[in-house]
Amino acid sequence: MASLNIAGVLKPAAKGHGGAHVKHHKNTSAMPVERMPVPATVTIPLSQHIGAPNEAQVKVGDEVKVGQVIGSTDAFVSAPVHATVSGTVKAIKPVKIVNGNMVNAVVIESDGEMALSEDVKPPVIETKQDFLNAVRASGLVGLGGAGFPTHVKLAFKEDAGVDTLIINAAECEPYITVDHRELLDHPKDILTGIKETVKWLGFKNAYIGIEDNKPDAFRTLLQTMEENEEFKDVAQLICLPSTYPQGAEKVLIYSATGRQVPPGKLPSDVGCVVMNVQSVSFLGRYLKTGKPLVSRSLTVDGAAVAEPKNLRAPLGTLYSDILEYCGGFKEEPYKVMAGGPMMGIATPDIQVPLLKNNNAITCLAKDYVKVKPTRACIRCGRCVESCPMCLEPTLIEKKAHLGDVAGLEKASVMTCMECGSCAFACPSGRPLVQYMRLGKTIIREAGAKK
Amino acid sequence: MIENKRLTVSASPHQKSADTTTRIMLDVIIALLPAGIVAVAVFGLRALAVILVSVLSCVLAEFLSRKAMKKEDTVTDLSAIVTGLLLAYNLPAGIPIWIVMLGAVVAIVVIKQMFGGIGQNFINPALGARVILMSAFPGRMSAGAFADTNRIGWGVDTVTGATPMGLVGLDGVQEGAPTLMQMFLGTTSGCIGEVSALALLLGGIYLMVRKVISPIIPCTFIATVAIFCTFAQGFDMYAVAYELLGGGLFLGAIFMATDYTTSPITNKGKLIAGIFCGLVTCIIRLWGSLPEGVSFSIILMNVFVPYFEDWTAPTPFGFIKEKKNKAKEETKA
Repeated sequence: MASLNIAGVLKPAAKGHGGAHVKHHKNTSAMPVERMPVPATVTIPLSQHIGAPNEAQVKVGDEVKVGQVIGSTDAFVSAPVHATVSGTVKAIKPVKIVNGNMVNAVVIESDGEMALSEDVKPPVIETKQDFLNAVRASGLVGLGGAGFPTHVKLAFKEDAGVDTLIINAAECEPYITVDHRELLDHPKDILTGIKETVKWLGFKNAYIGIEDNKPDAFRTLLQTMEENEEFKDVAQLICLPSTYPQGAEKVLIYSATGRQVPPGKLPSDVGCVVMNVQSVSFLGRYLKTGKPLVSRSLTVDGAAVAEPKNLRAPLGTLYSDILEYCGGFKEEPYKVMAGGPMMGIATPDIQVPLLKNNNAITCLAKDYVKVKPTRACIRCGRCVESCPMCLEPTLIEKKAHLGDVAGLEKASVMTCMECGSCAFACPSGRPLVQYMRLGKTIIREAGAKK
Repeated sequence: MIENKRLTVSASPHQKSADTTTRIMLDVIIALLPAGIVAVAVFGLRALAVILVSVLSCVLAEFLSRKAMKKEDTVTDLSAIVTGLLLAYNLPAGIPIWIVMLGAVVAIVVIKQMFGGIGQNFINPALGARVILMSAFPGRMSAGAFADTNRIGWGVDTVTGATPMGLVGLDGVQEGAPTLMQMFLGTTSGCIGEVSALALLLGGIYLMVRKVISPIIPCTFIATVAIFCTFAQGFDMYAVAYELLGGGLFLGAIFMATDYTTSPITNKGKLIAGIFCGLVTCIIRLWGSLPEGVSFSIILMNVFVPYFEDWTAPTPFGFIKEKKNKAKEETKA
């Protein structure tokens, strides 16, 4: 698969199993990220990460400026939230977010000034702890979709033998091209971010994993490293096959290093830390300017969108405002989702805010979404072929249906990362991912009873 | 501001491959066509009548049994047509039509629907029906029936005599056997669909190119028969070629042993299944009292599938490392 042959680019260390050959639909890869005009109001949820929710640090009626902390907590696994526009706090109330949950949010009416808070200044870093504190203060969470606080991920023990930093620029989801644009438009920020992270955390190797459908990204990065003395040999590039789900953390680690993360373990248990390319690029900028995470770039695409775009919008901008900026819908949308069509979350409502980990809004029209009739499993084995975790989804489906706890444990359902390759491949249109989730729930409930 | 739309909410993935059960079955039907065309050319319209009756009876049996069980209709998945074709291909052209209908009912109602319908049957419906018909009507299903083909009167007068498999044994190929070229092209006697190795091979290649079947079972099945016969026949390569082209080996290896429902889903399991079928086929052919063993070998394999799958269950991602680490820790301790 890896057909690219560029000098100085590494081949994958190992070839993963299975995967799905999804159509790439990278329609927006030639469109640089444009800055969206400031919306009239933003709705900033106080919890946009995995971990403890923040408490509001402002009151209704307060004047706020861009970069000012509006939500924080003392809990370790959390990341603060900042004002993303300047203006007045209009309300603090629970709002619906993409996955349908209600989360407390600060609604700010913009004054259109985008005045920067006085608190925003480049962090002074002299020790590793300073670096981690700065990462926390920046509000950074995994921008690729996971939303896990970055400072927690980076706070591994020094004797844990963590030696490898892997930057995830695979971008295997269809439609999404913002990572690609980041590689082309901000290579210096990316390399700065990597350089600083490596410097403070003592990684021995740094890799950037990119799929072979982005040849220009390899050239841009190689050229930047060659032309700038400060970036010489900051990272090695790995050319990955463009097979979904190449950007899944475990698959990426395996491709880059040949190491397999055992079930229930973290990447740091096999000496690796994976960061999304957007995250590391943000870090590179933050360390220079001190401007916390107040906006992000995302791809808006799909057959139902009038003007597909890559754009940068303040966090908390409502989907409806973003879609309006993209010319609205040119045909009736069938599904609107946060993320791409393989793992994205279908939203019930377009009056939901943009979150830190939202890398795309994909609007599918009815004719694109092939609704297959759900038929009986014919045991064709396509799900087994396609599972990147080497599971047998059809077997797990049957065991989940029976509520067979021992069988589900033996079939290792917990290893499933819900990438959807099995359900994509299934000719009988079976809802395999839901059965995987059911299987996991059955095991969790059985564990709780014990 | 854009108004809210009526949006569909469902779990990921929101994108599905173009594969459907119906498309897969359609591919199998397309792949079976060349063998059917050869059959009509060789055996005449009588063969066409058997094929049509078998397909129609299977479809009707599927429709009625689903209706009787008050379950959703599954005729549109086309699997009953595949069963009908395979059943006809496993019968001699001179078979009475009522036996064909009976076979269709046995295949669809008894073997397929009574065990839960598509995906649930534990043996291949067409083969199961063939074996039951062979036990019930040994005279009409065995060698004599093939010789009768021309007497029916509908046939083209090209084929007479016993099937090729009756003319080969451990003492080599007997006098009067058709040439290898006749057997490759199919101008010889035998069941409707099994005579032309060439036509079956074309269908098999089509299925492999369309990725409907994996080449593992056909290759290991045929290779096992070839290797085993080479030794058993004392390196008489003419007899080996005869064993490969004669009988139902190609039909069985390409279309019956690869049936999704009744073959292992793991690749290693497929490997074992192919070798198993090859060995059993040879043992029945060379030492059994029946001239042909492909059907029985596949049915026997079908029954063992759960074991083959259990033995060859893939190791989930991440477990190999754990085992190695444990081994390391143990050696350290």
